[in-house]
Amino acid sequence: MAVLKVLVIDDEPGIRSGVSRILKNFHVTYPFMDEDYTFDVTEAATGEEGITILERDMPDILLLDNKLPGIQGIEVLEYIRKRNYDIVVAMITSYASLDVAIRATRDGAIDFIPKPFTPQELKSSIENITKQQYLKRITHKMKQEGKKIRYQFLSVLSHELKAPLNALEGYLRMMQGKQAGELIDDYATPIERSLQRIQGMRSLIMDLLDFTKIRLERKEEKIEEVNLAEVASEAIITVQPYAIQMDVTINLNVKSNVIIMADPGDMEIVFNNLISNAVKYNKIGGKAEITIDSSDSEAILVISDTGIGITKNDTENLFTEFVRIKNEKTRNISGSGLGLSIVKKVVELYHGTIKVDSTPDVGTVFTIRLPKKTITSA
Amino acid sequence: MKKSDITILVADDDPDYLFQTVFNLEKAGYKTVAVESQAEAESVIARFKPDLAIFDLMMESDDSGFILCYKIKRKYPDVPVILATAVSHETGLSFSIDSDQEKSWIRADRYLEKGIRPEQLDQEVMKLLKL
Repeated sequence: MAVLKVLVIDDEPGIRSGVSRILKNFHVTYPFMDEDYTFDVTEAATGEEGITILERDMPDILLLDNKLPGIQGIEVLEYIRKRNYDIVVAMITSYASLDVAIRATRDGAIDFIPKPFTPQELKSSIENITKQQYLKRITHKMKQEGKKIRYQFLSVLSHELKAPLNALEGYLRMMQGKQAGELIDDYATPIERSLQRIQGMRSLIMDLLDFTKIRLERKEEKIEEVNLAEVASEAIITVQPYAIQMDVTINLNVKSNVIIMADPGDMEIVFNNLISNAVKYNKIGGKAEITIDSSDSEAILVISDTGIGITKNDTENLFTEFVRIKNEKTRNISGSGLGLSIVKKVVELYHGTIKVDSTPDVGTVFTIRLPKKTITSA
Repeated sequence: MKKSDITILVADDDPDYLFQTVFNLEKAGYKTVAVESQAEAESVIARFKPDLAIFDLMMESDDSGFILCYKIKRKYPDVPVILATAVSHETGLSFSIDSDQEKSWIRADRYLEKGIRPEQLDQEVMKLLKL
C-alpha cells in the first residue's frame, strides 16, 4: 500500500470532514501499479493555514476551495506554482466562474470538483488525479531505483532502435508506392533523411557495443602502459574531419606527460566521446581544448569547449543512459544518448571521477580525475 | 464533411515520422497542422480547434502524449484523439484503451503503434470522424 497525502483547504467544516470521510476507505488501483494507493487527509480552514501545512507536510494532492476568508484559493495556487512544488491541485468550488477557471488552469490546477459533490464524484476525480500523478512519477522513480533501470533501459533501447526503422520503412513505402512522383529526384529528402537515420542507428549500435563491453565482467583485461597524450592525439585525428566542417579548432595542451596502467580501448572511449562532443555541441568557429595534467595523486584530464552549454537543471541527468538534452539548439544534432553514460562508467571502473561545469552559450568543461595508484607519471 | 474540410493536428518529435504522417494524411486529402513538441501542440490547442489530433507519446517528457490527450479533451471534449507510439508490448511498456478503467485515465479514442500503414491510418481517421 502506498499512501498519498491529501490536503483539503475549505472554510466549510462539512466539506472538509466529508472529504476525510469519503477518502478514508478509498483506494485506487492501476494496471501496472505495484500497489494500491490510499489517502491520508489533512484539513485546513484558510489559505494561510493551508500554506503552513503544505510547507510542513508537502502533500501530493491539494483540494482547494477558491472562495476563502483570507487569501483566495487562486493565490495559494500561485504560491505553489512559483515554487514549482510537485503537487496536483484540484479546485473545489460552487461557482467556477470562467475567469477563475481559466486562471486556475493556467496556474496549474488539473481538475475542478463542483460543490456540492457526491462521494462518487469526489472519488472519480481523485482516481484520475492519482493516475496522472502516478504516470508522472513512474518514470522518475524508475530512474532512481537501480532495480528497475534495466527494464527502463531495455524499453528505451528498443524504442530508440525501432524509431529509425519506422522512419526508413515509411520512406521506402513512400517510394514503393511512387507517392511523391515518378522521378528519383522527387525523393531527394526521403533518401537524405534515410541515410541520416542509418548513420544515427550505426552510431547507436557502436555505442551499445562500447556499453556492453564495459558492462560485462571482462575476463581478458588488456592492462598496459597507456600514454594519455597519445590517445588524445589519436582521438583528435578521428574527430578532425568533423571539426573542419564545423570550423572548430582543437588544441591539445600536455602539461604533464601522464602514463597510466589501463586498457587502451577504455581510454579511447573516454577521449573519443568527450572530444567529439566538444566539437558536436560547439558553435561554428568555436574552440575545443584538451589539457592533460597530473597532481601528486591523480591524472587530470580537462576537456573544454566554447559551445552551446548545458543548463544547471540538465546537468543533473547528463550521465544517465539515453538522456539527451532536448532543446532548440540540440534538435539538429544527432546522438545516441549513451556516450556520456559510457564515459562515466569507464571512469568509475578506474575509481576516478568526472565532473561537469557549464554555462549556456559560453561553454562546457569536463574534468576527469583518475587516481594514480595504477598510474605512473613519466 | 469532406476530407478537404478536415484539419488534423499531428504532434511528434521525430521529424521523419512527422513528415511521413503529414505527407500521408495530405495525400489522403486532409489538411494538417504539424508540430514537433508538446509545448507547441499546447499553444496550437489554446487558439485553434482541430477536427482530430494525433499525438506521439514520448516527446519532451515520457508522458507528453498522455498530457496532451488530457488537455485537448478538457478543452474540446468532442475532438477525437489518436495516441501513436513506438513503445509496445515487446518493449516492456504497454498500454491499451480497451477496458473502461483504462479509458477513464487515458483520454485517447484510439491507441496505435507506430509503423502503421497509410491506408490503415486513413481508415482509423475516417472511422473516428464517422466519414
